[in-house]
Amino acid sequence: MSTEARKPPAQIALKIRRILGGKAGWNGVAVQFAFAAILGWIGYEIVSNARANLENQHIAAGFGFLRNNAGFDVNQTLIPYTGSDTFLRVFVVGLLNTLVVSVVGIFFATVLGFVVALCRLSPNWLLSRVGEIYVEIIRNLPLLFQILFWYLAVLAALPNPRQSISLLGIAFISNRGLVIPAPIGGSGLMPFLAVLALGIVASLALRIHARRALFQRGQVIRIWPYVLGLLFGLPLATMLVFGLPFTLELPQLKGFNFAGGSRIIPEFVALTLALSTYTAAFIAEIVRAGILSVHKGQMEAGSSLGLSRGATLRLIVVPQAMRVIVPPLTNQYLNLTKNSSLAVAIGYPDLVSVWAGTSLSQTGQAIEIIAMTMGVYLLISLLTSAIMSVYGWRVSRSLGA
Amino acid sequence: MSDITASAYVRQDLLTERPAPVKTTGFIGLVRTRLLNSPTNILITIVSALLLWFTIVPSVKFLFVDAVWTGTDRTACLTENGACWPYIQAKLPQLIYGFYPEAERWRVNLTFALAAVLLVPMLVPRLPAKAINASLFFFAFPVVAFFLLHGGGISGFGLSWTAGLLQLFDDSIIGAGQVLLNLSKTSAIAPLLWVLGSLIVLVGKAIYWLIFPLTWLRDQLEASGQSVWTDFAITTAVVSLIAFALGGGVRAGWRPLAWSLATFAAIAIVIKLMGLDHGGLSVVQTRLWGGLLVTLVVSVAGIVTSLPIGIALALGRRSSIPLIRIFSIAFIEFWRGVPLITVLFFATYMLPLFLPGNFTVDGLVRALIGIALFTGAYQAENVRGGLAAIPRGQGEAAAALGLSWWKTTSLIVLPQALRHVIPNLVNSFISLFKDTSLVSIVALFDLLGSLRASFADPKWSAPSTLFTGFAFAGIIYFLFCFGMSRYSLFVEHRLNAHRRN
Repeated sequence: MSTEARKPPAQIALKIRRILGGKAGWNGVAVQFAFAAILGWIGYEIVSNARANLENQHIAAGFGFLRNNAGFDVNQTLIPYTGSDTFLRVFVVGLLNTLVVSVVGIFFATVLGFVVALCRLSPNWLLSRVGEIYVEIIRNLPLLFQILFWYLAVLAALPNPRQSISLLGIAFISNRGLVIPAPIGGSGLMPFLAVLALGIVASLALRIHARRALFQRGQVIRIWPYVLGLLFGLPLATMLVFGLPFTLELPQLKGFNFAGGSRIIPEFVALTLALSTYTAAFIAEIVRAGILSVHKGQMEAGSSLGLSRGATLRLIVVPQAMRVIVPPLTNQYLNLTKNSSLAVAIGYPDLVSVWAGTSLSQTGQAIEIIAMTMGVYLLISLLTSAIMSVYGWRVSRSLGA
Repeated sequence: MSDITASAYVRQDLLTERPAPVKTTGFIGLVRTRLLNSPTNILITIVSALLLWFTIVPSVKFLFVDAVWTGTDRTACLTENGACWPYIQAKLPQLIYGFYPEAERWRVNLTFALAAVLLVPMLVPRLPAKAINASLFFFAFPVVAFFLLHGGGISGFGLSWTAGLLQLFDDSIIGAGQVLLNLSKTSAIAPLLWVLGSLIVLVGKAIYWLIFPLTWLRDQLEASGQSVWTDFAITTAVVSLIAFALGGGVRAGWRPLAWSLATFAAIAIVIKLMGLDHGGLSVVQTRLWGGLLVTLVVSVAGIVTSLPIGIALALGRRSSIPLIRIFSIAFIEFWRGVPLITVLFFATYMLPLFLPGNFTVDGLVRALIGIALFTGAYQAENVRGGLAAIPRGQGEAAAALGLSWWKTTSLIVLPQALRHVIPNLVNSFISLFKDTSLVSIVALFDLLGSLRASFADPKWSAPSTLFTGFAFAGIIYFLFCFGMSRYSLFVEHRLNAHRRN
């Protein structure tokens, strides 16, 4: 009497049921159908209403308007732009303005945020209180409030260009904005840039080589003198050979305004100030939490291994803190980029202001324009989160190894 | 014993007292150990003290010492270099009520008082009856506040609303079917479209006859004149009977029945008190609202509406049903990926295009819809964090007891999850409160918008009014946000009490 193992029951139907309806089975399939019907109904209503409304307002749907002439000026453009250019170019101009204010804001916010975090972690009681006061005040006031404060109250209260405040005689702040020296390219510019790029690439390669040597053979290679030479010595040498890469044109007060130099519009100054101080308060908290998250024993373990304090910080504490810091830090960078859309309140020509503001009121193409604006921000944030998930995957892989 | 004292190696005389150790507690200790313990630290202390001196002293001087306290227009503020408080005094009604008619402002005050009365007991953890309190704040208060602030009355009740809604739905189904039928005349896949269209029209017709008793009753009620109270009585009877039957019938249904009757009695009292059955209070258009009123209305409405949206989306995102999960993820990621200002632009310019042409939505309501969707997506992520923190065993235990998914979720999982994430929820309320200032960009006059509008008044244009206005609004914003953040810290400490050592 042989007892053969019974065959397992056929799984295929169960699997299909699981894929189609989840744990709820066929009930789940029914729920999905009802849900899809409701979604379809809402979508149908939206499309039919939008079509009827557009017909009533005599607006032609579609992206054809992008090739029309814009016919208005923008007071800060990174690429050449005149009023006779197309709406598509307006879009690009606005996008570039958004990106430039975000990048500058991110730079200052990071620097200020790390400084404030160090202040808050300082053993000095008074300094840590100063940091705490800064963080509490900045975090508990709306960003728009701060932007308007800087723009309407502080920058407008500055003197006019004739009495402008001079910063070491090279930059001037007045109620017309900030005037800084403008670099003018000289004969040595091209070789200088080429050598600089070469230096950066070579330093990166050296660093990769040194790390590989350290991790694979345990061999410590000192690279910083070479890096210093590559990054500074080589460009200096080129400068001596080919002449100065650029000269600085200092702004001069002529009549009622400045001649020469490049002028940064006050809207940009106010927006950068507000965005970077506001985000810095959040970054400070993130950095502080990250550094506090590394256990004290790590530092002690490092020193008991005979590492110097600097080496312990660099090789043991900071990498672990960075693992905690980087994801929320990226989130803050993303927030800053999204918050730069508040520029519309003070008229800085960013994407929302010139595109969803001026162009929308000129053309009336609400659906296309707002969809494009939202799409840009959505793309930026999806890209960032994709990069972040790759980063998280790498971190967890390196931890597992 | 005596030989010990006689031993040569035992000291006979007392040691001289050592000096007391350096004090490391209290103010002196603090100064010694954390301010002046090394040359670098002394330098840092001096620099920080200077920093504080150069920020705090001018601020205090501006706000109090040099301030102007009385005056009737700008001339009083031109001479001094301090804050111009008479300007705030003159603009205070505008900053709080906007252009709300002066005779009706008691309604706003009453709403604020009601909100405070409901909110304070809810926030104090020791007080009882949290469930009633929360349901009053989240369901009853918004309705009462709407009729208080906006005014107006009702012409029907549950029955008429249900009938109206069903009719709208049915009309839309029949409309869609008609469109398909029209399409089938020209399209290549005509028979298919015709069949589909006829089917949809047929379903619509069936629904029409199904809801015909309801619509007929509604029309009868409207013709009778006393529509509100009859409708109210019918709704009360129907809802109470349903509650009785679902609650367990004769065996256990008496409690739900009593609750339902009590709720409807309370609703009746509110309707009678506010005279909703004959017109209610006089209507105040929302474009007259402004100042702190709009700020609070937007934030409270955002809080009340975003929480259910967030819970639904969070549950949807954790659901195993594919379509619902995909939809929830897409919805959450979309709203979290765009800035609030584009959401407000969307609500202001795009939403009206999506609605039927004869259907206009108030500007404030449009902003509220945008904010609710936006905040809902953020709340969903908070709630999801709480759901993830609940051990699987909780749900499995409930399943072992034979509870359905709905009961498991609403009785076992959600209460624990929500309690976990109260601090996170409060933190998003803080950012929501700060973000309400953005509505001033889409032409609503909240606190910041009213402040900006008040700067334009030539009667008060003086150099110091700008700083005074910003100081005043800043103090209000700071008090609200700081209070909320302290509360969230307090709750966090309470929740983690067992983990502290």
